[in-house]
Amino acid sequence: MENKISVTNLNLYYGQNHALKSVSMDIPERKITAFIGPSGCGKSTFLKTLNRMNDLVENCRIEGEILLDGEDIYSPKVDTTLLRKKVGMVFQQPNPFPMSIYDNVAYGPRIHGIKDKRTLDEIVETSLRGAAIFDEVKDRLKKSALGLSGGQQQRLCIARALAVRPGVILMDEPTSALDPISTLKIEDLMDDLKKQYTVAIVTHNMQQAARIADYTAFFLVGEMVETGATSDLFSRPKDKRTEDYITGRFG
Amino acid sequence: MACVFVRGIGSINLEFLTTVTSAINGTFGILGNIVNALYIIVITILIATPIGIGAAVYLTEYAKPGKLVNLIEFTTETLSGIPSIIYGLFGMVFFGTSLKLGFSILCGSLTLTIMILPIIISTTQSALKTIHMSYRSGAMGIGATKWYMIRTIILPSAMPGIVTAVILSIGRIVGESAALLFTAGSAYLLPKSFFGHIFTSAGTLTIQMYLSMSKAEYGQAFGIALILICVVLLINFLTKVVIKLGTK
Repeated sequence: MENKISVTNLNLYYGQNHALKSVSMDIPERKITAFIGPSGCGKSTFLKTLNRMNDLVENCRIEGEILLDGEDIYSPKVDTTLLRKKVGMVFQQPNPFPMSIYDNVAYGPRIHGIKDKRTLDEIVETSLRGAAIFDEVKDRLKKSALGLSGGQQQRLCIARALAVRPGVILMDEPTSALDPISTLKIEDLMDDLKKQYTVAIVTHNMQQAARIADYTAFFLVGEMVETGATSDLFSRPKDKRTEDYITGRFG
Repeated sequence: MACVFVRGIGSINLEFLTTVTSAINGTFGILGNIVNALYIIVITILIATPIGIGAAVYLTEYAKPGKLVNLIEFTTETLSGIPSIIYGLFGMVFFGTSLKLGFSILCGSLTLTIMILPIIISTTQSALKTIHMSYRSGAMGIGATKWYMIRTIILPSAMPGIVTAVILSIGRIVGESAALLFTAGSAYLLPKSFFGHIFTSAGTLTIQMYLSMSKAEYGQAFGIALILICVVLLINFLTKVVIKLGTK
């Protein structure tokens, strides 16, 4: 098993607030790694450091090292545009752009300079198929993406992320705004995705982590308390705090 | 409006609309003024729109929130409320005298640019501010640069707001007289050359209306008033069409 991302001694500060404390962990390739923990524990913040979305936050300072395929993503030489092409992101609220379904998916490839119509058509179709939504939208590709249901919108956003052919997909609570059936569809989809992609997902829902993730990391007030294979972490937690959390004593 | 219609419709005929006032031919017509008004509208919008949108994008998307931005926003709001004759005074002194533009369409347009910039900036800014943050993070999340994101998502989403700003401005230009009287002047001749015209004196419809009223030619004044009202109605209609097309 290879590690796609490896994080060493990561510290993150929002102004005076020490939001992530010496986090070290590995994210294995073509597996699903889930980050769990109570609200405000830093799991989303940690996820965002993986494609430098925290750069957009003011007063945010980062120390430590994050290697993607062995290269430091915080090195000054790194072009964030290319980094985010390799490490895509899906957000909590489905956020399709106010344009057609086709243009939403083609948005990323177009940023990276793909203009040829046939190539775009092909990318759009593969991405939509990859996100298990092609059959539902194939007759309305030119219609506005805002007319889709919440669950469809979220799968469209996944297709949009797939369209730039990333190696890693980060998902920040991708199902928390969705109904149970849409959630199930997305969970099934993630299981397919891991055949090709490395997936890291933040979830506040422990059952979801238990259902889909190969590895799970438990965060608490900025610390990564424990990480391991999901089955081990849920059945034989090593740390007392993990045990308290997964047995529902707090959080 | 009914009063204007009843009293104005009598003065409107073919000569009124298609000739230029001439003492030799004994005609009174407003064609020259219509052409002048079009010149002033087009030139002012061409200058003011890019500057206004640029300023709004800068203030909303790039500038760090702080005292300076607040000050600029406060000034813009204040400027949109002051009487237009003050713009006229400034325009006459600065563009007319200091920059030696005299009475000319260009001088009038520059003056009006300053007058309508606040409208364009603040309307565009409020359109930009209503665009949800999630579009921004979504676009950045797949590797768009900030400028690419603004060009492809933010500006198109704000387009109905921007178009409204431009149309409001055109409305304001059509109705403006005080700021133009001493900057664009009051001539009513037809252009001799297409581009040369912008350096000559040119009165718009409202200016001609003012002149007619000061000569107690109320029939003419009501005629022009009626035309102006029709123009404003047309502008409002166009706004709706444009917004409808934009949201499709």
